[in-house]
Amino acid sequence: MDVILFLVFALIAVVAAINVVVQTHPISSALSLVGVMGSLAVLYLLLGAEFIAAAQVIVYAGAVMVLFVFVIMLLNAGAESKKGRSYMVQLLGVPLLIAFLGLAAFFVQSMYGKETVVFGGFQGGSPRDIGKALFTTYLLPFEVTSLLILIAIVGAIVLARKEID
Amino acid sequence: MDALFDSFIFVTIVKALVIFAVLMTTLAYLQWVERKVIAHVQVRPGPYRVGPHGLLQPLADVVKLITKEDLVPPYVNKVFYLMAPFLAITMALLSISVIPFGPAIQIGPVRTWMQMTDLNIGVLFILAVSSMGVYGIALAGWASNNKYSLLGGLRSSAQMISYELPMSLAIAAPLLISNTLSLRELVESQTGGFWHWNLVGGAQVISFFIFIIAAFAETNRVPFDLPEAENELVAGFHTEYSSMKFAAFFMAEYANMITVSAMAVLLFLGGWDAPWPSEYGSSFLPPLIFLFFGLVLLYHGKQAVRKWDKITFPAFGAIFLVIALIFLIPMVQGWLLPLFWFLAKTGAILFVFIWIRATLPRFRYDQLMSFTWKFLFPVAMLNLLVTALVVALRTK
Repeated sequence: MDVILFLVFALIAVVAAINVVVQTHPISSALSLVGVMGSLAVLYLLLGAEFIAAAQVIVYAGAVMVLFVFVIMLLNAGAESKKGRSYMVQLLGVPLLIAFLGLAAFFVQSMYGKETVVFGGFQGGSPRDIGKALFTTYLLPFEVTSLLILIAIVGAIVLARKEID
Repeated sequence: MDALFDSFIFVTIVKALVIFAVLMTTLAYLQWVERKVIAHVQVRPGPYRVGPHGLLQPLADVVKLITKEDLVPPYVNKVFYLMAPFLAITMALLSISVIPFGPAIQIGPVRTWMQMTDLNIGVLFILAVSSMGVYGIALAGWASNNKYSLLGGLRSSAQMISYELPMSLAIAAPLLISNTLSLRELVESQTGGFWHWNLVGGAQVISFFIFIIAAFAETNRVPFDLPEAENELVAGFHTEYSSMKFAAFFMAEYANMITVSAMAVLLFLGGWDAPWPSEYGSSFLPPLIFLFFGLVLLYHGKQAVRKWDKITFPAFGAIFLVIALIFLIPMVQGWLLPLFWFLAKTGAILFVFIWIRATLPRFRYDQLMSFTWKFLFPVAMLNLLVTALVVALRTK
């Protein structure tokens, strides 16, 4: 059951990820990205990390992507027009992509090849565990990240202000 | 045979069917209740022709909506246009699955909870699903290829993102007090009378009101119904939708209303618990209420002015009296009383939704935005900080 679910949602994630690139209209791409986020959340859930799964849906699929879709709609971005591709790109692109995928697969295999994945076997995925880890072990990175976000917000406001004045 | 009844899948399917049937009926009748309440606020009778006091009006509406011509305009983006209502109704119905209506009950050989499933992240699940519900409305507005629809869709997505923040912060405060994310445990931590409820015992009055206000905005209800403001946007995001696709949006809105009302009850009002313990006679209140209304109906039936009322009033009065008697049977009290209290509390909040729709005018868009960002969000933040401090000092 777990394996079937994993295969189905892994397939959806991969297909949706390819669809993000293939689609010419920004809305279709954005919604495919939502599909990727959603199926990743299911994969987290399968591993037993239910809090991360929920956070993935709330933050990425629910908030970030809604903002993306909102901006695309607001700017009324149209479909991309297909530009003529150069012969070199077509010739080199496919072999390079295959080489890259092969390399990535090789490195992942050599780094994590010996470990086996147990569905639902992940410990420390509950809200309590994650809260504890965030505020004890990873307190400094956590605070630094929040500072980074604050800087980004201030920067965005400064940039936007210039346009208004 | 016992193995079949005990099996998880069988019980879940039965529960799903029961909840679905009840929910669909409730959605249809909520519409009737809304029209009736607004009509009475405006001193007119409301739906009256179909059935006694318009009681069969929802049935007529369903038949009407199904048989209407299902039109797909030629200029829409077909895929997203068809996906949007489906998405909206799916997300709206999905969140009902984690709402507990009552405690564990025993039906014959099966012992089960009055809830589809209890997730240990139930609250987060509802937040996640409701945040996905925006796509239905936003896509509907965009795919319709209509300026009014697009404006409605944009307004709704901006509004829902903005109000989700104070809503989440308001939800976090009672969660801190109850120290759980499971909706079932949330209710269990509030048992034993209204002074244990998070609203009173946890002193969460501020977050309760923030939650209710944000809930109005999340469900696109008056005074936050800018996505479908009739006098500026025709019908907003669902202008181009007809027949059952329009009905899907309508049902999604009402299902969302029921979900947020149930959430408010679970988070702040002690879920299915009676306002005071049964040792002090709280279990006699529901039969008394039904007895009272039954007698009122019988009394009015005796001197009814209209011909129909001479039959329908006593008939409904008798039904109410029978219900009052059923509440006194000790065997069913175990599950009927919690269900009654849960539905009564949820119904009260739903009534407030309708009441406010009949009373308040609509916000202006800039007022809507500055209200949440400059007032609601800081207050919710402050409330959360104070609550966290109190909880930290208490548990030490």
